[in-house]
Amino acid sequence: MVGVVALAVLLGDVVMDGAGALDRRFLDSFASRFPERAGIKAALWGSVWMLSLTALVSFPLGVGAAIYLEEYAPRSWVTRAIQTNIANLAGVPSIVYGILGLALFVRTLGLGRSLLSGALTLSLLILPVIILASQEAIRAVPSSIRQAAYGLGATRWQVVRMQVLPVALPGILTGTILALSRAVGETAPLIMIGAVGFLAFTPGSVMDPFTVLPLQIYSWISRPQEEFRALAAAGIIVLLAILLGMNAVAIVLRNRYQRQS
Amino acid sequence: MATTHGIDTGGRAPALEARGLTVHYGQKRAVHDVSLVVPTNQVVALIGPSGCGKSTLLRCFNRMNDLIPSARITGEALFRGQDLYDDAVDPVEVRRRIGMVFQKPNPFPKSIYDNTAFGPRIQGVDGDLDSIVERALRSAALWDEVSDRLRDSALTLSGGQQQRLCIARTLAVQPEILLMDEPASALDPIATQRIEELIYRLKRDYTIVIVTHNMQQAARVSDYTAFLYMGELVEYGPTDTLFTNPAEERTEAYVTGRFG
Repeated sequence: MVGVVALAVLLGDVVMDGAGALDRRFLDSFASRFPERAGIKAALWGSVWMLSLTALVSFPLGVGAAIYLEEYAPRSWVTRAIQTNIANLAGVPSIVYGILGLALFVRTLGLGRSLLSGALTLSLLILPVIILASQEAIRAVPSSIRQAAYGLGATRWQVVRMQVLPVALPGILTGTILALSRAVGETAPLIMIGAVGFLAFTPGSVMDPFTVLPLQIYSWISRPQEEFRALAAAGIIVLLAILLGMNAVAIVLRNRYQRQS
Repeated sequence: MATTHGIDTGGRAPALEARGLTVHYGQKRAVHDVSLVVPTNQVVALIGPSGCGKSTLLRCFNRMNDLIPSARITGEALFRGQDLYDDAVDPVEVRRRIGMVFQKPNPFPKSIYDNTAFGPRIQGVDGDLDSIVERALRSAALWDEVSDRLRDSALTLSGGQQQRLCIARTLAVQPEILLMDEPASALDPIATQRIEELIYRLKRDYTIVIVTHNMQQAARVSDYTAFLYMGELVEYGPTDTLFTNPAEERTEAYVTGRFG
């Protein structure tokens, strides 16, 4: 109860601070050292790019890994070790992924401080969550359905593709969306791999430097001028709107799933 | 050829045959040294108390036990004289020729049409699916009840209809043999009667092995009955003989309801 009240007060404060600064110009302007001209265009598009790229990388990898672990992997100690490790990785602090991303993607693979490095780092960060959620969804598919399909002479892949995945998909999507909404709010690993706080163009390719909403907000808040506080608050409203929107989609998917079963 | 238990297979290789079949689940022995023949176009019932291994034996005949990692099978299971567990045999192919109906109706959460068409579709049949579906549903005595709502979800059907849909789905693959694992145990008496009538009609075209714990059902639908107890085949013979004049004392005790 105290938590809910505190959250409401906080949100109210943010909305009061930021509502005045939130307009079309704000969404359509780049960062500037003059608060009345500054906007979140670069950060907003950076976040959209980042979200899409991360989804593109993490969804197939995560779902593929979950399918393998649930339907194909032999029940051996190796599988159990992998399983335990995935569960542990889900609890590793995000800054650690940032350090890994810096060493692996930025330096070793030479991808530079690019969108791609950022997206790959965030993909690593949310992969365990996607895998665990997808496994849960796949495991929830009644075994009687698998038996029926095998009994009709379906191959393992046909059983997975035509019977298991369609039933598990809402659960998989819900888990993926929640994981992605975590990625949208991440700041630490992206600072680590060198996202910039001041950018006057939108990304044109995956190798471009980038900034994202939480980073832009962070850089505004750390400025002394009062006007930038208002901009930060407006940025927070936009970020919250995106997060709540994604969570709403996840809830709708889950409800539809529950009604079916 | 094989004439174990005095069953005449008419000189042809029997539809199914078990020779010294033994199944272990981990350390636990579920079926021990079972030998029996299933003649073509006959109905064979497997009876016995819960846990006697009758379902396990049935599942050996289309390699469904392969899906249980701890299952280990020795001895031979022959389909028209060929060992089903030979290395050259593809279990997927086996299951296409030897269909299975399960204890609880388990339709896919899809339309009635898609349920029936699933088997032909995965085999790459892209000819006249509509007529295949109609024929299968007619064979399972379900067509008249569902012909006007083929696109409805299979889950809207009653339990008995769902089970007949599962039979139709199996028939659509045009198997040679039907394995039924207590197909009526989850159904009410009227739905059960319809399934039994169906089995009687399907006998003309298919060889059927049915597991049941309902002795009256075994007596009504089957030509031959095998009584299993604690994983062993106690007695196997013509249904009439087994029920009225059993050779083994344990069989008599079971069929007269003294245990099980």
